[in-house]
Amino acid sequence: MKFAVIVFPGSNCDLDMYHAVKDALGEEADYVFHTETSLEGYDGVLLPGGFSYGDYLRCGAIAQFSPIMEEVKRFAAEGKTVLGVCNGFQILVEAGLLPGVLHRNTGLKFMCRTVELKVENNETRFTSDYAAQETITIPIAHGEGNYYCDDATYAMLQTNRQIAFTYTDNPNGSRGDIAGITNKAGNVLGMMPHPERAVELLTGGTDGLKLFTSLVKQGAHHVKTTV
Amino acid sequence: MLKQQSEPTMEQIQEQRIYATMGLSDAEYEMVVNLLGRQPNYTEIGLFSVMWSEHCSYKTSKPVLRQFPTTGPRVLQGPGEGAGVVDIGDNQAVVFKIESHNHPSAVEPYQGAATGVGGIIRDIFSMGARPVALMNSLRFGHLGTPRVNQLFEQVVAGIAGYGNCVGIPTIGGEVGFDHSYEGNPLVNAMCIGLINHEDIQKGLAKGAGNSVMYVGAATGRDGIHGATFASEDLGEDTEAKRPAVQVGDPFMEKLLIEACLEIVGHPALVGMQDMGAAGLTSSSAEMASKAGMGIEMHLDDVPQRETGMTAYEMMLSESQERMLLVVERGREAEIEAIVSKWGLHAVHVGEVIDEKVLRLVHHGKIVAEVPVDALAEEAPVYNKPSRVPAYYEAFQAMDETLPVVEDVVETWRALLKQPTIASKRWVYDQYDHMVQTSTVVAPGSDAAVIRVRGTNKALAMTTDCNSRFVYLDPFVGGQIAVAEAARNIVASGATPLAITDCLNFGNPDKPEGFWQLQQATAGMAEACRVLETPVIGGNVSLYNESAGKAVHPTPVVGMVGLHEQTEWITTQHVKQAGDAVYILGETLPEFGGSELQYMQFEKSFGKAPQIDLALEQKRLLALQATVQAGLVTAIHDVAEGGLAVALAEMTFGTTLGLDVTFDGPALHLFSESQSRFVVTVKPENEAAFVKQTGAHRLGTVTDQDLLQIKTNDTLIEATRSTLQADWEGAIACYMTSKD
Amino acid sequence: MKKVTVAIALRESILDPQGVAVKGGLAQLGFAGVEEVRIGKRIELLVADETTDTMIHEMCQKLLVNTVMEDYRFDVEEVTTV
Repeated sequence: MKFAVIVFPGSNCDLDMYHAVKDALGEEADYVFHTETSLEGYDGVLLPGGFSYGDYLRCGAIAQFSPIMEEVKRFAAEGKTVLGVCNGFQILVEAGLLPGVLHRNTGLKFMCRTVELKVENNETRFTSDYAAQETITIPIAHGEGNYYCDDATYAMLQTNRQIAFTYTDNPNGSRGDIAGITNKAGNVLGMMPHPERAVELLTGGTDGLKLFTSLVKQGAHHVKTTV
Repeated sequence: MLKQQSEPTMEQIQEQRIYATMGLSDAEYEMVVNLLGRQPNYTEIGLFSVMWSEHCSYKTSKPVLRQFPTTGPRVLQGPGEGAGVVDIGDNQAVVFKIESHNHPSAVEPYQGAATGVGGIIRDIFSMGARPVALMNSLRFGHLGTPRVNQLFEQVVAGIAGYGNCVGIPTIGGEVGFDHSYEGNPLVNAMCIGLINHEDIQKGLAKGAGNSVMYVGAATGRDGIHGATFASEDLGEDTEAKRPAVQVGDPFMEKLLIEACLEIVGHPALVGMQDMGAAGLTSSSAEMASKAGMGIEMHLDDVPQRETGMTAYEMMLSESQERMLLVVERGREAEIEAIVSKWGLHAVHVGEVIDEKVLRLVHHGKIVAEVPVDALAEEAPVYNKPSRVPAYYEAFQAMDETLPVVEDVVETWRALLKQPTIASKRWVYDQYDHMVQTSTVVAPGSDAAVIRVRGTNKALAMTTDCNSRFVYLDPFVGGQIAVAEAARNIVASGATPLAITDCLNFGNPDKPEGFWQLQQATAGMAEACRVLETPVIGGNVSLYNESAGKAVHPTPVVGMVGLHEQTEWITTQHVKQAGDAVYILGETLPEFGGSELQYMQFEKSFGKAPQIDLALEQKRLLALQATVQAGLVTAIHDVAEGGLAVALAEMTFGTTLGLDVTFDGPALHLFSESQSRFVVTVKPENEAAFVKQTGAHRLGTVTDQDLLQIKTNDTLIEATRSTLQADWEGAIACYMTSKD
Repeated sequence: MKKVTVAIALRESILDPQGVAVKGGLAQLGFAGVEEVRIGKRIELLVADETTDTMIHEMCQKLLVNTVMEDYRFDVEEVTTV
């Protein structure tokens, strides 16, 4: 499988995402600059964490207008895989690819620690290698990860099983302990925790690896059925 | 719009001693006149005042810095460039430096700390290295007052805000609290980078006709005279000097890092230097002076954020996130192409010239012309008078009086709650310490460790200085600062490589202040020689005083060590019940400068603990051998709070306990004798471990939630969970309840 | 030229933790009776005379404001060019 790691000005987890795919997963990855306009030849798109455009105005607000984002939207509309982590999640909600919004942590401080997540839905292409309701530990590192949506949206997320991960001990005030959600079609996932930081024993555990292996399995399956 | 004030004339500068307001003495003004062969104009005297400030010229500290060993088999670049460089094998090298931002942080803590981080990062990537980690060393007054709490909170937020945004993990450091820092906090930031040997840059302006290019943020009036500000006491009028504080833009810095690292290795690049203290002046004068050339600069072409700026203002501005590049003539477009990819511009602002002068042209006229060597090399050097302070003699003459501890367990718990000892999780939770996914040992162990991606090597790093010992006895305290850093590196399983130092001292014009500087650096130099850790660069911050009172002399040591194999990485935490617990080193009744003494008296007095450097080195080498032989499971050095605190810290975050016997009175559990380690060892390795180290067995790791210490006079017991709660909650408690 | 001042505030329904913190700070300083503190932002734009209100609304909704969590209003002021 071949992944595009999108690089916005101010992205800083692009390297981590790239190495997670290349080294830990053994799949292909390229950096794709925000000024590019094509995702031809890629099977999945990864929007990394960081501070795109300095997070000035609002996190992710300016990045959504990068040339590549039109193509990401088209890519997502075709049902292909899009994963946004941390700032990537913020960009996805600002771009309207996922519902809701991410605002300031209730504690007001940036928070970097390893937290426990529950896999709420293991029947997505991102989570199929996890057991149902499995608890995993994954690092977070954000100042604005407090997920908010209105009642109607929250009800919709629940009904459609769009809530992929929740925090077992809510660190930031997110509605319904939400740590990650998918779109209705299930091909776009946004999450604040960093699975790419948990793919090696030496540097923080391997609980994030199954997210990537789930994608690869799904990708292989996808290729088989379409050929 | 503000009306342009006219600048003083050459005569006014002399007659009204305007140079004195810029920090130059009468004698220094005379030297400038002699060097130029005429009176300097306002812009020119401005150039001299910043380049001859202590911050840029080291005019006071040069004689003491000469004591430091600066070479070694691994040293590729010693002091003199943006940062030092040390070989780590496989054609790779580690680049690191520490720098202070004390005065800006005292005035505007968030931006002062943030721009301190920004500046030290530029020192690293201007060498051509990819910054891979940040560290810091912070000192504040006694936690619990609104002013100290606010300084602490904002400094930490500033470091976090900047480091997190640029995507360099802040993986460790130290924070200390002591009354001596009440009016003058210390904010020292360290950056560590990785580089391949062939990419090492030098800040050289070679080749007449080559282009001088400006990259990064536009120049504004911010930070004018920052270098001079850093070289004065913080006085009553500090508030009025607020304009000297700059605002950082970490997003711009991130773009600069990527653009500059992409340029490194490009054949058109001749030299590169960041515009740090004294901005355009220091970068241009130093690059030209080092290359034996000159620079002619066209100030009209300098990107400006404000209108109507004078030559003086542009040259002295300390606007952040700016770099100066020298590029081969005719190839400017190639550099611009790279820079513009990152949304920045490389602007041609001048040329390298054969005449060894810095010539400034503004509005078609030459507004300044000064020999570059006069600015960069010919600052006066002072051998300041030195005198032994009365306090030192009194401390040396004091009888050793032992502290009285009535309830040993209560004292143990109280020590764990002392902010200097308590868990710093409140701090490092705010730092992204994992970005770049190479952090192996996160903050909270003796040294932080990152792996070197693509190899099986790792780097350990620490910042250390127990300034109470330095205050009591600067020579011994200086030795201890280096030795403690080496202990932390060795405790992490690494071999110490080299140090960078940040000398935070009071006013050196006071003979007692200069004596402290002389003695401390002499002690450090000796320790560096014995422990084989040369000094590869650093920074001097003098005049750390407020209301006439100096901070404790604080020569912070930033040390980096190398793990040849990641398998050697060791942490301070006990691993398994049944492991044996050993102590390496003697415990003497030494309480001068200890945390126990400070807790009981809120001051430090008496003699500093003794140290034997030869013994220290022997112990460090023995310990490294046992790590490399795979004999140990955990190592922790014994520092503030003594053995009792060290033992407790080793169990925190685990589900284990300890059952140990200490051969001495319970009071000695709080002694801060030097050169001690606690080590855990698997039973099957005990014999080999003892043979190599001569360590003394204390007891065993248990699977109980209990720490049990039998001493010669008392049996002490506490649950790990109680002690851990005390230690973990202390700082958050100070921050939420007392302001 | 026209000067547009956009005032952005968090929507009523959304917790404003910064506001809560400031309210606590004011109370600690002894300012009784501060019912609520809401923190927002203000953006000033200098725009061409022909810029219509519709265009300003569009700027707000497309970029300046995230209407999922923020409300906004703006004032327009004529300024003479220097």
